[in-house]
Amino acid sequence: MADKIATRHAYGQALAELGAQESIVALDADVSTCTMSCDFGKIYPNRFINVGIAEANMVGIAAGLSTLGYIPFVHSFAMFTAGRCFEQIRNTIAYPHLNVKVVGTHAGLSVGEDGATHQCLEDIGIMRTIPGMTIVHPCDGNETKEAVKAIAAHIGPCYLRLGRAALDVVTGKEGYTFKLGKASLMKSGNDATIIAVGMLVQASLKAAEILEAEGISVRVLNMHTIKPLDSEAVVAAARETGAIITAEEHNIIGGLGSAVAEAVTSSECPVPVFRIGSNDTFGQSGNAEALMELYELTDSHIAEVVRNIVKSKAIK
Amino acid sequence: MDSGKRKDLQLIAQDIRILGLNMVREARSGHIGGAFSLSEIMALLYFEKMNIDPSRPHWDDRDRLVMSKGHGTVALYPTLAMRGFFPIERLKDFRKIGKHLSGHVEMHYVPGVDMSTGSLGQGFSVAVGMAYGARIAGKSFRTYAILGDGEIQEGQIWEAAMFAASAKLDNLVAILDYNKVQLDGTVVEVQNSGSPEDKFAGFGFHVLSVDGHSIQELSDALEEACKTKGKPTIIIANTIKGKGVSFMEGKSAWHGKTPTEEQFDLAFMELKEQRNKMEAIYG
Repeated sequence: MADKIATRHAYGQALAELGAQESIVALDADVSTCTMSCDFGKIYPNRFINVGIAEANMVGIAAGLSTLGYIPFVHSFAMFTAGRCFEQIRNTIAYPHLNVKVVGTHAGLSVGEDGATHQCLEDIGIMRTIPGMTIVHPCDGNETKEAVKAIAAHIGPCYLRLGRAALDVVTGKEGYTFKLGKASLMKSGNDATIIAVGMLVQASLKAAEILEAEGISVRVLNMHTIKPLDSEAVVAAARETGAIITAEEHNIIGGLGSAVAEAVTSSECPVPVFRIGSNDTFGQSGNAEALMELYELTDSHIAEVVRNIVKSKAIK
Repeated sequence: MDSGKRKDLQLIAQDIRILGLNMVREARSGHIGGAFSLSEIMALLYFEKMNIDPSRPHWDDRDRLVMSKGHGTVALYPTLAMRGFFPIERLKDFRKIGKHLSGHVEMHYVPGVDMSTGSLGQGFSVAVGMAYGARIAGKSFRTYAILGDGEIQEGQIWEAAMFAASAKLDNLVAILDYNKVQLDGTVVEVQNSGSPEDKFAGFGFHVLSVDGHSIQELSDALEEACKTKGKPTIIIANTIKGKGVSFMEGKSAWHGKTPTEEQFDLAFMELKEQRNKMEAIYG
């Protein structure tokens, strides 16, 4: 595997490269050296706006710029873009369907020591309820770069969710293509399917390895686009593997797990869906890895859940 | 401004009120009070000051206007229709299902509208973004934002104000419809905002205070705003909520209430009578 890289660092590079297009503008709310939008700002100071600690105003300014034909990318931590600015995004960007890209970095528990106020576990749910919103949560540096290009080319509002932790690069192997709205098959399997996003993709792949050694064959889908959801891939997984486990660094209410469960219950092939995520709780301060352990967002926990589901399938 | 022009604009302002009243009568709902306080401002901007072309509503170099008090449809839609952006007959579709002439301002279905608004406090930021964008694009158009005096209780207004002054956006003109009445009562009763002049001056704006029903005073202020360099301008337009209808003037009840049939008749009569007088006085 290649060196670990945080998605936000890959993001900074990708945005800076995208800046060659003169229609791209970037806005940040005093956290540009954390979201890495500063990489863009250094090269294109004329098209970079630091609005100060005023996220709501940032979203409105972006809307205004988009009416002139610019493609604004707005940045802060997920808590302060998707969280704080829900209503600005809903009414001033999504309702008029403006071409603004909202970026939320530092999503999830892996923010670590900064604690619960900064660990956004609700953003996917919030953004998913907005009509016409595209939601992308890439799993590694490579996929982040692909995602940035894809959302820039897509006309309409998008929410890009990024984490803080450094992650192994697991995408980009031969045959890998990134397509908005199309799940990436990371591993084939027949006994159950794990559908994961973000850093839980890596954990799910490891879980699948553990289970493989035990003779359990698990499919792993990377659902980088949570909305519009690739329900075809979800229903195929239900039909072909008979059980689905979702894994995300987000509340099990409203996020990927909910989206997948909705797709499965609306299909003609209902199967058990088990959702792994934060269980309707806030996070807390602490070492990121230890938090993932405490909130059961690890490869071994995912493997255990899958093992139990496959066993109960066998009993039936 | 010569007296002929002034008279024309005064009559247009009164016609905006009359059309607005009819719109609300047809729809059985709508915000009359805060539309009637805006009529002279709308008439002057769209019929005299703004660089616009109704045959090209998406023209890149046009001046922009953001109705940040998004319930100002009852003033904005008649203005746009009269100016030729769409047929006046369409005003009867106001607030009706499938007709896309929504209760709050919408950009995609109504030619001449530059931004959708409705949630108070947000449109001003959008106008700031337009003004900033004009600068980076090297364009010389101006952006106008219409704010409500209740609206400036929203914190986002002050985020936008701080940014606009810091960025020295002298291509931005805000106009405060200072009618001193909001939904639940007078501004002083609900949340005394003190002096908007002092507050915006403190944030770094060039502040002008005028009679918001005087075409001449408004016109002079807009001219001065154009000449002001290095800072954004706000015109505090002292207006009367429900202006032109005796039983509505200055009353919060008429923020969004629908009149009875008798009240509609009476309001219409009063507005018509004033219009006739205007025509006669100016000869």
